[in-house]
Amino acid sequence: MLEKALTGSKKYWALLSLLGGIIVVGFFCYLKQLSFGLGITGMSRDVSWGLYIAQFTFLVGVAASAVMVVLPYYLHHYKLFGRITILGEFLAVASVTMCLSFIIADLGRPDRAFNVLLYPTPSSILFWDMVVLNGYLVLNIVIGWTVLAAERADVPPPKWVKPLIYLSIPWAVSIHTVTAFIYAGLPGRGFWLTAIMAPRFLASAFASGPALLILLGFIVRKFSKFDPGKEAFQTLAKIVTYAMLISIFFVLMELFTAFYSQIPEHMSHFQYLFFGLHGHTKLVPWMWSFVILAVGATFLLINPNTRKNEKTLALACVAVFVSLWIEKGLGLVVTGFIPSPLEEITEYTPTAPEVLITLGIWAIGFSILTVLYKIAVSIKEEVGS
Amino acid sequence: MYDTGKIITGLIVFLCLITFPLWYDAFTGKAATKPEPKIITKEKQCVEATPYMRDSHMKLLIQWRDRVVREKMYSYKGSDGKNYTMSLTKTCLNCHSNKQQFCDQCHNYVGVTPTCWNCHIIPEEKS
Amino acid sequence: MDNSKRTFLKVAGISLLGIGSKPLQKALAVNEEPKILPSPDALTGKRWAMIIDMKKCKEDCQDCLKACHQVHNVPDLGNPKDEVKWIWKEPYEKAFPGDETVYMQEYIDQTLKGSQFITLCNHCDNPPCVRVCPTKATWKREDGIVMMDYHRCIGCRFCMAGCPYGSRSLNWRDPRPFIKEINKEFPTRERGVVEKCNFCSERLAKGLIPACVEACKEKALVFGDLEDANSELRGLLRAHHTIRRKPQLGTMPQIYYIA
Repeated sequence: MLEKALTGSKKYWALLSLLGGIIVVGFFCYLKQLSFGLGITGMSRDVSWGLYIAQFTFLVGVAASAVMVVLPYYLHHYKLFGRITILGEFLAVASVTMCLSFIIADLGRPDRAFNVLLYPTPSSILFWDMVVLNGYLVLNIVIGWTVLAAERADVPPPKWVKPLIYLSIPWAVSIHTVTAFIYAGLPGRGFWLTAIMAPRFLASAFASGPALLILLGFIVRKFSKFDPGKEAFQTLAKIVTYAMLISIFFVLMELFTAFYSQIPEHMSHFQYLFFGLHGHTKLVPWMWSFVILAVGATFLLINPNTRKNEKTLALACVAVFVSLWIEKGLGLVVTGFIPSPLEEITEYTPTAPEVLITLGIWAIGFSILTVLYKIAVSIKEEVGS
Repeated sequence: MYDTGKIITGLIVFLCLITFPLWYDAFTGKAATKPEPKIITKEKQCVEATPYMRDSHMKLLIQWRDRVVREKMYSYKGSDGKNYTMSLTKTCLNCHSNKQQFCDQCHNYVGVTPTCWNCHIIPEEKS
Repeated sequence: MDNSKRTFLKVAGISLLGIGSKPLQKALAVNEEPKILPSPDALTGKRWAMIIDMKKCKEDCQDCLKACHQVHNVPDLGNPKDEVKWIWKEPYEKAFPGDETVYMQEYIDQTLKGSQFITLCNHCDNPPCVRVCPTKATWKREDGIVMMDYHRCIGCRFCMAGCPYGSRSLNWRDPRPFIKEINKEFPTRERGVVEKCNFCSERLAKGLIPACVEACKEKALVFGDLEDANSELRGLLRAHHTIRRKPQLGTMPQIYYIA
């Protein structure tokens, strides 16, 4: 099936070349980081995780969201999703690859990454995250590839793949739960020390992932003969709507607990996020953009007219994706360190090489996505014709 | 068969590349010279016999490293029955007191770069 | 899928499993006669701890900080972003946050406000950094010292997120050019690994007390075995009211302050 990725239109190659170019730039910056050290980034002694870990956290959500198409199709026999499960699974493959790349980019000693396997440490959540992420990657590659191959050969998928599909459903929940545990179990970080972290992660994942899937579906439909179907998009839109509402609800829960209890180590982080702390306001404009985008998107999604109109739906999906990227990919990780446990306020701004490495990894993800979608769509076209 | 020409050319280029070191040596006549490590030492006897040290010194050093750092063990009973402090810089390099003429000789020859010296400090070299 | 591809995948899979069984083989290996022994001169204790008497500590004195950083080749990078530190001074209200009500500062504890507390790794009895480390590069020794293995650390900085005392530093860049005077008896670190106070484990092995304790002319720092009822440390604990940093977090810090 790989041969399908080797032929394509000029636009296909142009896209891949563009992504390739970004990857090359990112790679050179990474070489620089390897020789200089992580000091090349904006991270500091006080804010010791930054853009890389934040992207990782956000993308785990996108990866987990594949379950939102797999579950209705395989558990509830919701036929409309049959055509797009492969898009969900391949999106998961690309996202998990980005997650793993971001972790490697964030390591001070990437040459020792295999120490995690050589000295397995079950008490560490990072160890479990490594296990579940790699497992999820393998599951989605195997399932996606096998089902697609069967579809091409016009035979039902082999029997052994069914249990794997069922396994992938709780597994998707596990990757984001374990990722939330990285944060939620640290005694000195009041911002993250909340039992709602995992549910909150999942809710925002089930909004941002399907929103991206809708947008990708629109793009696929525009540039190929494969149409996932209007109804499938509408069902996805409803999933995004509910997940977005729950997401906002969870954020409000956090705000209530922090501001009503007025315990400084819980409240000060939210003060920093939304109002700034002692004149430090770098994230404030971002967070209010999040609020505006999230509320705007919710209105567009709740209103049946704007949800059914594919133009406004696309707009809402962009808003959902961007707002949740701000909330999780920017605010959540960095703010845990501001103020520090010693009440020091050190702000964080990523440096140019850091941003370029980040873009490079996104480009790796999108190249994988492009190639996998090309294969999937070509086969769908072949079967359809 | 498709693209016979391309495949054969590719194979030839590949073969040339992987045999490059052989060609290089044959044409330039600059075969790498055999390493001749020099031991400038006060003692006659190492902690273990020379053949063992020659092929397993890295294992011994890693064992020493892990035992010292992780198990606070500091003393090693050598094959001569004497106790040695398990220390790369204080014990090993006390006898093998010139890193350039001892360690580097073979390491350069086989093309390995042990990372020890990124942190551990090379004692002043005696010639 | 043809037969050879399938066989290859099978072999590859089994080989991969083989790698995972290495620790098992190690555990089953039989130990030979002990060739490796502890140092005969080592100071031994059941539970090392430290008391810092802030009433004795002189405001403008830097002796203990300098001694530690000199002995351990701690670099001075000259900026808070890349800073590496093992022991340093922190104003009372930052070392003990949450204690800073207006009244406390105004009326009650004029002596404490702004006073510079000596802070270092607390060598917690229940250390979160150890719990989160994915490679056991940091672990608690049976005598209570929270150790770092710079040979194993992958620089993920999970421990830095886990430590509620800000006691850990990453080497954001090569530290060597920033060490003024290298102590040849102790290794430096390299970029990409986390470091922190080791309670002078290398000095204890030689029978010496920690460098900071030795350097303090005021005898404000006292190091000792918490489980030894006759130790000076226990005497001081009996005689004084002591406080610890953030004990409510359950980390059980083992640096006690007489404030």
